[in-house]
Amino acid sequence: MTMLSERQQLSYIASQAADARLNVELETEGMTLNIGPQHPATHGTLRIIARLDGEQVIWAEPSAGYMHRGYEKLTEVRTFPQVTSLINRIDWLGSFANEVPFILAAEKLMEIEAPPRAQHIRTILFELSRIANVGLFLGDLGVQMGAITPVFLAFRDREYVLNLIEGATGGRFHPNFDRIGGLKDDLPQGWIDETRQVMKKLRGFCDEIEDLLFGNEIFQSRTRGIGVIPADVARQYGLSGANLRASGVDWDLRRDQSLPMAWDKVDFKVWTHPDGDSWARCWVRLQEVRESTKIVDQLLDTMPAGPVMAKVPRIIKVPEGEAWVSTENPLGEMGYYVVSKGDLGPFRVKIRSASFNNISITPWVLKGVYVPDIITILASLYFILGDIDR
Amino acid sequence: MIAQLAVEIPYWGQSLLRVVGGLVAVLLPAGTIVYLFLFKMMSFMQSRLGPMEAGPFGSMQLFAEVGKWLQKEDIVPENADARIYKIAPIIVLVSTFLLVVVIPFGPDAWFTNFSAGVFYALAIGSVSVIGILVAGWSSANKYSLLGGLRAAGQLIAYELPMVLAVVGVVIQAGSMNLQDIVMAQNTGEIFGWSGIGFPFVLTQFVGFLIFMIAVQAELTQAPFDMPIAESELVSGYMTEYSGFRFLMFFIGEFATAGVFALIASVLFLGGWGIPFSWFGWETIDQVDNWMNIAGPLIMFTKMMVLTGIIMWVRFSYPRFREDQLQRFAWKVLIPLSLANIAVTAIVKVVV
Repeated sequence: MTMLSERQQLSYIASQAADARLNVELETEGMTLNIGPQHPATHGTLRIIARLDGEQVIWAEPSAGYMHRGYEKLTEVRTFPQVTSLINRIDWLGSFANEVPFILAAEKLMEIEAPPRAQHIRTILFELSRIANVGLFLGDLGVQMGAITPVFLAFRDREYVLNLIEGATGGRFHPNFDRIGGLKDDLPQGWIDETRQVMKKLRGFCDEIEDLLFGNEIFQSRTRGIGVIPADVARQYGLSGANLRASGVDWDLRRDQSLPMAWDKVDFKVWTHPDGDSWARCWVRLQEVRESTKIVDQLLDTMPAGPVMAKVPRIIKVPEGEAWVSTENPLGEMGYYVVSKGDLGPFRVKIRSASFNNISITPWVLKGVYVPDIITILASLYFILGDIDR
Repeated sequence: MIAQLAVEIPYWGQSLLRVVGGLVAVLLPAGTIVYLFLFKMMSFMQSRLGPMEAGPFGSMQLFAEVGKWLQKEDIVPENADARIYKIAPIIVLVSTFLLVVVIPFGPDAWFTNFSAGVFYALAIGSVSVIGILVAGWSSANKYSLLGGLRAAGQLIAYELPMVLAVVGVVIQAGSMNLQDIVMAQNTGEIFGWSGIGFPFVLTQFVGFLIFMIAVQAELTQAPFDMPIAESELVSGYMTEYSGFRFLMFFIGEFATAGVFALIASVLFLGGWGIPFSWFGWETIDQVDNWMNIAGPLIMFTKMMVLTGIIMWVRFSYPRFREDQLQRFAWKVLIPLSLANIAVTAIVKVVV
């Protein structure tokens, strides 16, 4: 409790007091509400079992697994190049970002490194998928709170990003573009100019969302001071990404880690927010999209020439060993622990996906809130069902 | 006043006219609002086209939708209280029809000239709460129950500021008869100048704002749409309804929006009238007969402007939380409307 700001302390104490009050009050018959598996707010098949007293949540627990697709097991019967087509379906809104850590892990085992141009393009596509992912979050935020207009604006402007990803990779949703040792292809002609224009449009979109949604008093009153997660609790539950940064922890794997990617060549700010409430989580993400557009702009300016593929054998056999690589994905830390026995395919892959850890805090943070706040807190924690269940 | 009409209409004819007129007055605004605002204006605001396939610019979309709902099965959940479950949407829709009967559309174009019209309108306006509460309870669904309870709390809380906002108008007009309120506005003058009559929105601006906010809440439109709250409660009290019963709720929602906008235009914007000084009219008997045709059109225009504002707010605002809404009603709107009444009463006595 010592690390908290005064405001955080107050809301923390208030939540504790709410707990105490519930225990003392006359025992009334509660109601168990199943939010999900089919519910408009879970955008997928997440189920939250909530015990209600009136509209107040006494106890809540997420029940994941309705969309489990067994990716960890499936990777064991595929060769290394085949795995990418599988794993970019984990977080389906930012698919390219899913491929990168796995490929990096495989490259680490093979002790090869992608050429600088490939690293640059990888980073650009990575940030583009972050924009596609978090941009939709910014629109979806409104719809979770009853404002229907932002989501259409988000879909409109996200389309430009998807067109860029399609232009470079050939796939809008599931690029499957990353290869061990580099990339499948170089960028098409005119792509760089197009990207610059789109980045300008997206900064406009961020301003628009900030005006329409973040500047709205109702939105502020719905998110400020709601679902406060103090920094120590956030760490204990293994939160990562924007959720952790919103609790005031200055933690970003893009900056803190040295990976064969181009993030160390650009100048960007890691935004944090001291409050740790829903507002902070949304705000940090909004700033993140802005930073991403700046990263892309800088990378386009410094794009090196050269090949996009390192020399790799035609049939890829990964030497025996174990490797762990994680990156700062749109949703948080995503990592792959790859164990290879020297075969064509991995022996075992453990996928650490961000959303699974991010929603594990829900029993803690949902206690004592009202039903409408469940939705805003879940929306601000931001999960993708594929990323939870894998 | 009926006698003034050129043709003498027998009593059954008058009754028939009133029934047809009532249907038109409720359904025509509802349809126009849904097509113009819900389909087209919303799409325009969200940079998309909206329905374009059915008819030119999707103008027949409404009929396609109604046809779709009518074809659907009318499902009654197994555990639901079937009889009450079936009656609930009818209560909601009937309250809308009952509301429209006191609204004057012209010097002679009224359904009933009721001397306590304001009182009646506000009383009947809250009947729909019963329908909604009953719908939420009888559905045997937890989401419906929460939605119904929320609706009850919200509608009761916002009934009060609405009534209090109207009191200012009643004090100023000195009558509860809606026809008299229209007359008072159109024959009035501002400091001796009668060019635009004296619409009460000028002096009762606070009351008008409170009334429109309360209407927004009464209609359960965003930012007050917690009873429906599709991202929290799926569809609130309407969750279990399907087919034509859902359609009834749907029509009820938009028809009530139209009817409340009509009431607001009568109370604050001068109703069916145009400033009487333009034509040298002084009492209602001098008003020409053609106002019976022009009046409804003027009302319709004003209604569209007001519902346009209601819908505009609906499309761009996120929703409140239940306790924030209650706090807003009890701590802001009600004290404000009480102050408005006090000031209006003092000014009325002094001037």
